[in-house]
Amino acid sequence: MAEPGRGKHPVGNDHADDRAVESQGSSEASDEVAAEIAAAQEREAKALRLGLEATFTQRLVAALTGTSVIVTLLAVASALVIGGFIIALSDDVVRAGLLSTPGEALSRAARMVSRAYTALLRGSFGGRSQISEMLVSSTPLILTGLAVAVPLRAGLFNIGAEGQLIAGGMMAGLVGFSLTGLPLVIHLPLAIAAGIAAGALYGWVPGILKARTGAHEVISTIMLNNIAILVSGWMVSTALFRRPDRTDPISKPVVSSAQFPRFVPDLRVNTSLLLAIILAIAIFWLVERSTRGFELNAVGLNPDAATVAGMEPSRIIVLAMSTGGALAGAAGAATVLGIQHRLTMGFSAGLGFDGITVALLGRGRIGGTVAAGVLMGALKAGGRSMQAQTGTSLDLVLVIQALIVVFIAAPGLVKAIFRIKASDLATGQLAKGWGS
Amino acid sequence: MKLELRGVTKRFPGVVANDHVDLVVESGEVHGLLGENGAGKSTLMNILYGLYGADEGDILLDDRPLTLSSPGDAIDAGIGMVHQHFMLVPVFTVAENIVLGVEHTLQFGRLDRQRASREVRELAERAGLPVDPDVLVGDLPVGIQQRVEIVKALYRDARLLILDEPTAVLTPQQIDDLFEAIRAFVADGRSVIFISHKLREHQAIADRVSVLRRGKLVGTADPRTTSEQDLANMMVGRPVQLVVDKKAAEPTDVVLEVDNLVVESATGARVVDDVSFNVRGGEIVAIAGVEGNGQDPLVRAMTGLMPIASGAVSVSGVSIEGRSRKDVLRGGVGHIPQDRGKEGLIAGFTVAENLILNLWDVEPFARKGTLQFRAIDDYARQLVEDFDIRTPTVSTSVGSLSGGNQQKVVVARELSQQIDVLVAAQPTRGVDVGSIEYIHEQLVAKRNDGAAVLLVSSELDEVLALADRIAVMFHGRLVGPWPMPVSKEDVGRLMAGADPADVFEGAA
Repeated sequence: MAEPGRGKHPVGNDHADDRAVESQGSSEASDEVAAEIAAAQEREAKALRLGLEATFTQRLVAALTGTSVIVTLLAVASALVIGGFIIALSDDVVRAGLLSTPGEALSRAARMVSRAYTALLRGSFGGRSQISEMLVSSTPLILTGLAVAVPLRAGLFNIGAEGQLIAGGMMAGLVGFSLTGLPLVIHLPLAIAAGIAAGALYGWVPGILKARTGAHEVISTIMLNNIAILVSGWMVSTALFRRPDRTDPISKPVVSSAQFPRFVPDLRVNTSLLLAIILAIAIFWLVERSTRGFELNAVGLNPDAATVAGMEPSRIIVLAMSTGGALAGAAGAATVLGIQHRLTMGFSAGLGFDGITVALLGRGRIGGTVAAGVLMGALKAGGRSMQAQTGTSLDLVLVIQALIVVFIAAPGLVKAIFRIKASDLATGQLAKGWGS
Repeated sequence: MKLELRGVTKRFPGVVANDHVDLVVESGEVHGLLGENGAGKSTLMNILYGLYGADEGDILLDDRPLTLSSPGDAIDAGIGMVHQHFMLVPVFTVAENIVLGVEHTLQFGRLDRQRASREVRELAERAGLPVDPDVLVGDLPVGIQQRVEIVKALYRDARLLILDEPTAVLTPQQIDDLFEAIRAFVADGRSVIFISHKLREHQAIADRVSVLRRGKLVGTADPRTTSEQDLANMMVGRPVQLVVDKKAAEPTDVVLEVDNLVVESATGARVVDDVSFNVRGGEIVAIAGVEGNGQDPLVRAMTGLMPIASGAVSVSGVSIEGRSRKDVLRGGVGHIPQDRGKEGLIAGFTVAENLILNLWDVEPFARKGTLQFRAIDDYARQLVEDFDIRTPTVSTSVGSLSGGNQQKVVVARELSQQIDVLVAAQPTRGVDVGSIEYIHEQLVAKRNDGAAVLLVSSELDEVLALADRIAVMFHGRLVGPWPMPVSKEDVGRLMAGADPADVFEGAA
């Protein structure tokens, strides 16, 4: 039973008022505005209840987990609509005809947008090879998405998935090409384990720095990314890695006993997909069902209360960062041992950074992140075929990705566009607690 | 200035926050507004300050209808508001804060600091609220900061001042000063709306008091002729027990022992200075004192949250030194932290999760590292019933409960465990009367069960009502404990730092 004035707890009160001043100052008092104010108040109060010193990441987690699925889906839809305008306006004929022959220009625009999006959809779901490519693109994104999502739940923003993926890929590749004569059942797991361990270690570093010295994980992971990118580039050109018959920085090939077997010979989709699925299930248990996960979520939402309850946030921070690193390392192994079968300079190709988008789109939840990884993989695979078939640049996919992040980062914007009442969202919010 | 509200109604999605409220504040009157948390006081005041638009009803100022669509309109109409948490810029001076937004500038937009300083000084002295205009606000104690807020309202020529829970952050002495200031303010026909859920304060300062309950105005009374009991009953809507009903203590052996305890702050200051006392099973020892005199570090050190510099703390004969917080808690200590929002609860967690927050990894709530949600929910449903926690379900997030029910979650969690020692810090802060009554009963019940209860509170009435023995902390040092009864006046003098020898001279 709701009480009158719910959401105006003493702590959240005056700050919520700040927000109300802003909303009220620029618009008429109406039901919508009141609903907006109530929603803003809820959000503000929620952020405040985290403690006055709530960090940016804690606020981010609160904002994300407070966003409903509907808002997320609408964010994707909005991004696609704006993407459609960009497709249309990028065409010279449409732009030129807008004033002189608007009817023709509009119908051409509609045709272009529908062709591009049809190609995008066909390119990811239109046949068995398309589905294969979609899954190939999704596999590392699911893993790097989780690599960001797990620390996010502990209140940490892991920008370092890229570096952790590189560390994992390098070690997996090294084990993959330097050992020979082993059977697949030994060699492949060994190479995967090496990748996961290297990633975990590369995630442990910022974790322990944060736990022991308070070094901010965003700063240290950005720096560690740069180190990983540059050092890996140098390493593939050293004798240890470089293919003897080549002068450019390309490593020796991963031997077949360390490659993820394909399901069918003519499709690139391979058993690294199973690795991603198994790890996702394990992470779901860890974060949503286990006692460690309880601590992880508690530390993420309110480290002071977690400490008072007898938990040790510093240990959880190290655990969360190491787990994130391990997942990114697994993504590196999946890419190197599953698709590329060799190491090159820049083999990571931004997969770690894409993980940030995936985790945000998945609202930091495990199931949501997996779904977001599949969606992003589909956009990526479909985008390539869209470029080939319709000439619409692959960069459009990047624009759509970026727009999705913008819309998700500003849930108020989506709510305003679609005039969602705060009450509709409140019911969604009340229904889901942590662990459900 | 006379203010009249007629039928003011405000609805939020699913909730009627104010339901046809009629209220008249006469010129020169201090009008008290009383109500539990969530009764709609803040919403009503936010309407009056132009932050919310009312869905229905009229606001009349000196019999003229008033339309408020922003705080700017309210300020222009002569309505000022002092929020519970001050809206001051700590790195600005007093004068800069006061003129902020209505400042006079010299050429090239330079602030006329001298004029601001002079005007503020003159205004403050005329109003009987002396402040030094050139001090940085961040350097001032909260009592003076509040005075700055009042002067700020005066500078904007407020004729009606709304004070939202102004006493929550003040010491008893500062409260007296505030009341002086309020009387000075209304002396020339200005009006004040005074919001508080403390009955005594209304009796001390208000000319009339209006009671809100669940969004409705249930009545207006003269606080001087209405008893505290009647006001409490009006506020809660049922007869409330204001006096704690407790039988004489039957103390057993010493359970909690603190010997020459010294705790140092991060900067090396001795915040707890050579404190010794003990608590026996079956008694409540209360530590009174104005906040910030070392109670918080004392509690933190005793419960394993802060290192002990020297001295010893033992529970049932076992020293807690070098043990983790978790070990201390599992060794039979319950702790109600002083700030439930910051330390006692995780707002985003459900009621059930908060009820096992410190038992997350023990049977039957966890098996082989996996949470047992069914066992957790069953346990939570039992506690919700036993402790009368008003929540729709156990999977409702705790952040959406009222303050009193949130505190009941903390109390239920700590009291339902097997504990030998209970440390309760400010257990009823920000809690409505009905819940206070209930929490007090629970603390006494725990004592009667044989637990050693240490109550740390800055509410003198609470300390006197619950304590079997009473100690006072001042500047990190502890005096006492003395067996009750000790008079309120004596405790008050000790809280202000008086020498116990002088205080008890007459009695001894």
